[in-house]
Amino acid sequence: MKKENTVIVALAVLAAVIAATWLILVAPALTGNEINMPRGVTQQSADHFDLHMYVLWVCVIIGIGVFTMMFTSIVLHRKSRGHEPAKFSHSTKAEIIWTIIPILILIAMAVPATTALVRMEDSSGAEMTVKITGFQWRWKYEYLDQDISFISSLEPASNAARQLNSGVAPESVDNYLLDVDHPLVLPIGKKIKFLITADDVIHSWWVPDLGWKRDAIPGFINEAWTNIKEPGTYRGQCAELCGKDHGFMPIVVIALAEDEFETWVSDQLAETRQSDVQGTAQ
Amino acid sequence: MSTEISYTDIDDVHDDHEDHDHKPTGFLNRWLFTTNHKDIGTLYLGFSLLMFLIGGAMAMVIRAELFMPGLQLVEPDFFNQMTTMHALVMVFGAVMPAWVGFANWLIPMMIGAPDMALPRMNNWSFWILPFAFTMLLSTLFMDSGGPAAGWTLYPPLVLQTGTSFAFVVFAVHMMGISSIMGSINIIATIFNMRAPGMTLLRMPMFVWTWLITAFLLIAVMPVLAGAVTMLLTDHFFGTNFFNAAGGGDPVMFQHIFWFFGHPEVYIMILPAFGVISEILPTFSRKPLFGYASMVYATATIAFLSFIVWAHHMFTVGMPLQGELFFMYATMLISVPTGVKVFNWVSTMWQGSMTFETPMLFAIGFVVLFTIGGLSGLMLAITAADFQYHDTYFVVAHFHYVLVPGAVFALMAATYYWLPKFSGNMYSEKWGKIHFWLSAIFVNVLFFPQHYLGLAGMPRRIPDYSPQFADFNMISSIGGFAFGATQLIFVGVVLHCVFRSKVKATAGVWESSRGLEWTLQSPPAYHSFTTPPEVTHNMLRHAE
Repeated sequence: MKKENTVIVALAVLAAVIAATWLILVAPALTGNEINMPRGVTQQSADHFDLHMYVLWVCVIIGIGVFTMMFTSIVLHRKSRGHEPAKFSHSTKAEIIWTIIPILILIAMAVPATTALVRMEDSSGAEMTVKITGFQWRWKYEYLDQDISFISSLEPASNAARQLNSGVAPESVDNYLLDVDHPLVLPIGKKIKFLITADDVIHSWWVPDLGWKRDAIPGFINEAWTNIKEPGTYRGQCAELCGKDHGFMPIVVIALAEDEFETWVSDQLAETRQSDVQGTAQ
Repeated sequence: MSTEISYTDIDDVHDDHEDHDHKPTGFLNRWLFTTNHKDIGTLYLGFSLLMFLIGGAMAMVIRAELFMPGLQLVEPDFFNQMTTMHALVMVFGAVMPAWVGFANWLIPMMIGAPDMALPRMNNWSFWILPFAFTMLLSTLFMDSGGPAAGWTLYPPLVLQTGTSFAFVVFAVHMMGISSIMGSINIIATIFNMRAPGMTLLRMPMFVWTWLITAFLLIAVMPVLAGAVTMLLTDHFFGTNFFNAAGGGDPVMFQHIFWFFGHPEVYIMILPAFGVISEILPTFSRKPLFGYASMVYATATIAFLSFIVWAHHMFTVGMPLQGELFFMYATMLISVPTGVKVFNWVSTMWQGSMTFETPMLFAIGFVVLFTIGGLSGLMLAITAADFQYHDTYFVVAHFHYVLVPGAVFALMAATYYWLPKFSGNMYSEKWGKIHFWLSAIFVNVLFFPQHYLGLAGMPRRIPDYSPQFADFNMISSIGGFAFGATQLIFVGVVLHCVFRSKVKATAGVWESSRGLEWTLQSPPAYHSFTTPPEVTHNMLRHAE
């Protein structure tokens, strides 16, 4: 086998492997479907997205290298082309190289991965606290500083449509399975601490746009935090199998500007007082 | 097709008088009471194929319900029973027994032993399994239904299973006993029954990987047995091992389970590494590249598998130091795994390759397992795992390493050694059709699940938001086609064993090497009754 020949074939294979990579990693986005992790609306979600993309591209490059070598060999070193088998069976030098280089790549991955993790786990300096409790199959939110608490369940239209053979097309329901009766309302630009627990079995509280999930475990209180940058509605779901209706306990976070949030809080408090008065009157 | 003189059939001398006698007469004597490693190997392989079809049927139910949004076919609780049972059946019923089946057939023939070291225990370790799985599957027909808390059996959820839970626990105990006995047998055989000249570093890679796998099994199956026993007493006898209200700790179960569970995934994949290391050299007509580093890499992976378990549970809320340790340890696994992949590519490099069905499956394995390995490296990054965890990205990852990983290796092994076992050649044409359809549809089935997971679809849900509809439909179509394709495999195997008129030679493949290829095809019922003398030119790898 002539040397130039190997190089030409390797380049052709490289082009084919890159084309295949494009086909599976980039082209599916052209269908209009979301195929990647959201960049989200917090520092954490941006950190995790950047980390994800960085590691993904490192993996893609490693994969392209390995597959190019392999398919070049498959094209050239075949019996039908009359290629005679070589006799070599090991090379200490090569084996040391392909032990050392991956270790260096791992170190290059571990540094940003460690930084992001350290940042994620630092919940100090929170300005308000919300306690989240998972139940089969709803969430309870308690604003510990504002004395507000409520239960958040799947919105009734989704709940009717999701019954077996309901006859209601899921597409006809707005935000099918991702809407609740009482969303969690939070202010933007504030560091908010969450205390996460559960009452019966393990659940997991996950809103992709916030960048993390954390398990809600009976008997344990887990800490997590967020600091939302942009106002908006962010949807998520329970991420730990919790029984038959695990797929039907969504999470909706509405992030409001500080003053709107204050208005919402006073409305809630007024509502609570009113229902208390009514309760006493009856 | 054997061309080298060293492949003359050593056993020919004995075969004339051994081929026709010593086989027990009568169906029960032959199969129920058998102590013959080949018969027991056949039983294991047949059983695992049956379980593969049952577990596959459950996967079809799952993919059918997920074909489009809305619930059309099954109630959510039954859906959860299907995901749970699919995993238990595939892990404990299909993949593990299939590897034990190949171990039974091949290890004695590869090391020049007449049989396994403990033949009666061998019989028992197989015959426990049909009872264990009858019991496990019967829970689906009980009033309280089958287990529906996922194969990981996390409390407190799993404790909500009805009384059928006792049957699940007992079935897991029996599978564990079977695995432990099988492992003891394999270790005893490898250490005591090697033919003269078969030193440890002359053993074929399949024997090496199984030796290490057997140690993993002995180390972790008792841990699983302990964990499920604690679940049993929590459920029925009022203990509080995992009940926080009674002073227990539900997270402790996850630590114990994954201390078993992570080595378990290597139990399923290490023998696959061994098989690929046998097949690639044969069809590349070149010795295995870096035999010694392959052995050390396997041992390193096995060691690391014991110290990475908590990467399955990064979201439970561990201290930062713990998360960092498990992240670094997990990332390290990619080093020995990378060595293996590089060595396989180097084995092919400058070879003289042909592409019979076993080679096609082996190449498919290397490519798709590498993809699964790379997504595993992504999952190791703890901070990013807070997004990946419990989504379809994880489902895609572990199915890539288990289906085009472990299962493709099992298919490759079947095509590679079935002519040796049965004495007949399989249909190359149908084998290749099976490969190409499998290779295409397994990607249609699992690749879109990466997108689903990244876009936010949690795993283990029976219904989903319409934004996930397109890729779920594609995945389901791939699933149905992949499932149907496996019926071709069943046909090819049955045809090869019972109908094929083309007889296999002793060597079967042009460049096959190793003791098993010195026996005629099929080998005598009792082979190597006198140990062969092993010389270096009989090996698959260079010394």
